[in-house]
Amino acid sequence: MTAVAVPHLEEHHDPEGSRFGMWLFLLTEILLFAGIFLLYAVYRYQFPEDFHYGATTLHTMVGAINTIILLTSSLTMVLSIAQLVRGDRRGAAVMLGATIALGLSFLVVKIFEWGDKIGHGLFPGSEELMEHTAGENMFYGLYFGMTGLHALHVIVGLGVLAVMLVRVARKPRTTVRIPAPGNVALSLASDDGRRLWDDNADDDVDGVEITLVYAKNEELTDKEVTKLENAGLYWHMVDVIWIFLFPFLYLIT
Amino acid sequence: MSRRTSGAVISYLEAGRGAGFWPWLKSWIFTVDHKRIGVLYLVTIMSFFAIGILLGLTMRLELIAPGKTIIGPDTYNALFTVHGVIMIFLFIIPGLPAIFGNFFLPIQIGARDVFFPRLNLLSWYCYVAGALLAVTALFTGGGAPDTGWTFYVPYAVRTGTNVTLAVFAAFVLGFSSILTGLNFVTTVHRMRTTGMTWFRMPLNVWSLYATAWIQLLATPVVAVTLLLVMLERMFNLGLFDPARGGDPILYQHLFWIYSHPAVYIMILPAMGVVSEIIPTFSGKMIFGYRAIAMSSLAIAFLGYLVWGHHMFTSGMGDTSRWVFSLLTFFVAIPSAIKVFNWVATLYKGSVQMEPALLFVFGFIFLFSIGGLTGMMQSALAVNVHVHDTYFIVGHFHYVMFGGTGFGLFAAVLYWFPKMFGKMIPKKPLYVGFGFMFFGFNLLYFTMLVLGWQGMPRRYYDYVPEFTVGHVHATVGSWILVTGILIVAHTVLKAIRKGEPAPADPWGGTTLEWKIPSPPPHENFVELPVIDAGPYHRPGGVTP
Repeated sequence: MTAVAVPHLEEHHDPEGSRFGMWLFLLTEILLFAGIFLLYAVYRYQFPEDFHYGATTLHTMVGAINTIILLTSSLTMVLSIAQLVRGDRRGAAVMLGATIALGLSFLVVKIFEWGDKIGHGLFPGSEELMEHTAGENMFYGLYFGMTGLHALHVIVGLGVLAVMLVRVARKPRTTVRIPAPGNVALSLASDDGRRLWDDNADDDVDGVEITLVYAKNEELTDKEVTKLENAGLYWHMVDVIWIFLFPFLYLIT
Repeated sequence: MSRRTSGAVISYLEAGRGAGFWPWLKSWIFTVDHKRIGVLYLVTIMSFFAIGILLGLTMRLELIAPGKTIIGPDTYNALFTVHGVIMIFLFIIPGLPAIFGNFFLPIQIGARDVFFPRLNLLSWYCYVAGALLAVTALFTGGGAPDTGWTFYVPYAVRTGTNVTLAVFAAFVLGFSSILTGLNFVTTVHRMRTTGMTWFRMPLNVWSLYATAWIQLLATPVVAVTLLLVMLERMFNLGLFDPARGGDPILYQHLFWIYSHPAVYIMILPAMGVVSEIIPTFSGKMIFGYRAIAMSSLAIAFLGYLVWGHHMFTSGMGDTSRWVFSLLTFFVAIPSAIKVFNWVATLYKGSVQMEPALLFVFGFIFLFSIGGLTGMMQSALAVNVHVHDTYFIVGHFHYVMFGGTGFGLFAAVLYWFPKMFGKMIPKKPLYVGFGFMFFGFNLLYFTMLVLGWQGMPRRYYDYVPEFTVGHVHATVGSWILVTGILIVAHTVLKAIRKGEPAPADPWGGTTLEWKIPSPPPHENFVELPVIDAGPYHRPGGVTP
């Protein structure tokens, strides 16, 4: 049996639709967090004093530093998109790299913060915590649950950004193959007619195939910008969730 | 391709087919064609349906007599859990949207594919991964989970069985569901062809659209709930542990906030199928197009507000209970709007009694019983009486199997000629339907009676008074399965031996009937331009 080729369909491209899909996805993420925020609301209502006390045991300064880190990373994210829109791949890649670095430092701070709490025996199910009140148990359960789920999203976001970095940093190359009919003189000219290169050799070029590999700016398509924008939207969502977690867990004392 | 020059159209089944087995397999499992993905779902989902049936049959056989008959109590607990998990997460929830939604939604709105074709394939992989995890959970760790499909805490946290993996499987399947929903909403918003206004969309599309929104807005809540159960089991988080101040009732709230809307994920697409089949086989415009379309959205919306009726006996304030009870009664309104409009469409139509329509009649009859018994349970006093009895089991099988299940069979029979280009012989289907309908009622109506008499659900053993009922139900299950086997055999045989199907075997009016059977790879050579409603018949009533 011979292979039957797939008929080629025209590329369909619709940035608005892609963004729409991304917003729908963010909606599902927000609902995912809504479930655990609901638990927070109920237990906070049930144990107000313990939650006040629990908040005082967290390091507000460390939380604040992490807030600043994430907010700055959102800034570099936006700058990266702005650079790409201007056609500056290098700038976009640098800013994206900065975003990733900031995201990683957020995680590092988080690890130390968690390590400190666990070192003091304050983690769900620990013997130390079992001697504390029910409200404190719920507070620490929620603290680790909520920041853990958030950290998971930071990690996923970093993965997405890393993929985008590879895409943005890669020089777009286009390969064109032109079979030359025999006995031709070759020359390369720019669009305005300026001659860039001539085949000066006296002998005729005979029966060759010319392969052109070149980078062109038009390769920077809407599609690529849309992708980076969508990655950015996800990153901002991760940021915004932290903006809610920080006051709920650290500030309300 | 040569299509335009030679006039030959390459069907989606042929396109991209390589020589030999591996290229053929690759052309299927790496496809981004929505039709092929629909067929992939068809094969996988139906396989799990078969497994679910076997588990159900075994359970019924065990219950034919009091005491131990063929299996022990622990196995029995695992059986009803796995039967529930497979039937709900692997069969009914993905069922219609993933198979027929994928295949027909783009065609019915005049598009060449869904908006995110690769995401669509990813959804299928999520489904397969979730299914494999669920199967793995049966044979590893502490053995198959025995909590019931609802995974209620605190038992789900304390049991030694492999709940963690089973819950993770449900979590992954949730991803599949969310991505499909996201894809469908975006597709409907962005890819309708010229002239396909919102109120010219076929009602199947309206149903799938409403379903997709529920998938998007409800599934994440159960995802986080199941995630918390996993964290509870792995890291001892304690949020649902009463010994440490946690509240297990909160789990039930979070679980049902998703799982009640999920009931409408299961039934709405079947209602869409019915709304397609009835106008086709009555040769008439649908009666009350807008009312049916809007009632889908109304069901989706109301479905969010009634989760509390699963928890009337769990401990809840009286005010909440009567509010939830009242809201539950409201759901009957949009459902009844649909049923009345379907029946009104048939009135004075020129009805062709094709097997697909017969299954639709089965749907209307059985769904009505399911719906009306549902109304009985909305009433608080009755609910407390029948809570956790066979009455509930009978009720939801009437809705889920009698409704969605029969709807799915109708969809298969209605669209099979389009999907595979073959006609199915009718006579065995009528016989199969007869067996199914009789067996179904014998099985589940008996359950309603047993429940009313006080037989609790999920019990391994029972008092001798209930023996007669259980024998009837078990015999009913055999008759039902005989019917299913007859239908399945007829359909499978038709794939090879069926007569070739014309483009429009039924006289349908929606877009899928205007393209060849099976459809070409790109669906439409030229995208259609729409200037009339989906059920408009130019010549008035046609035979």
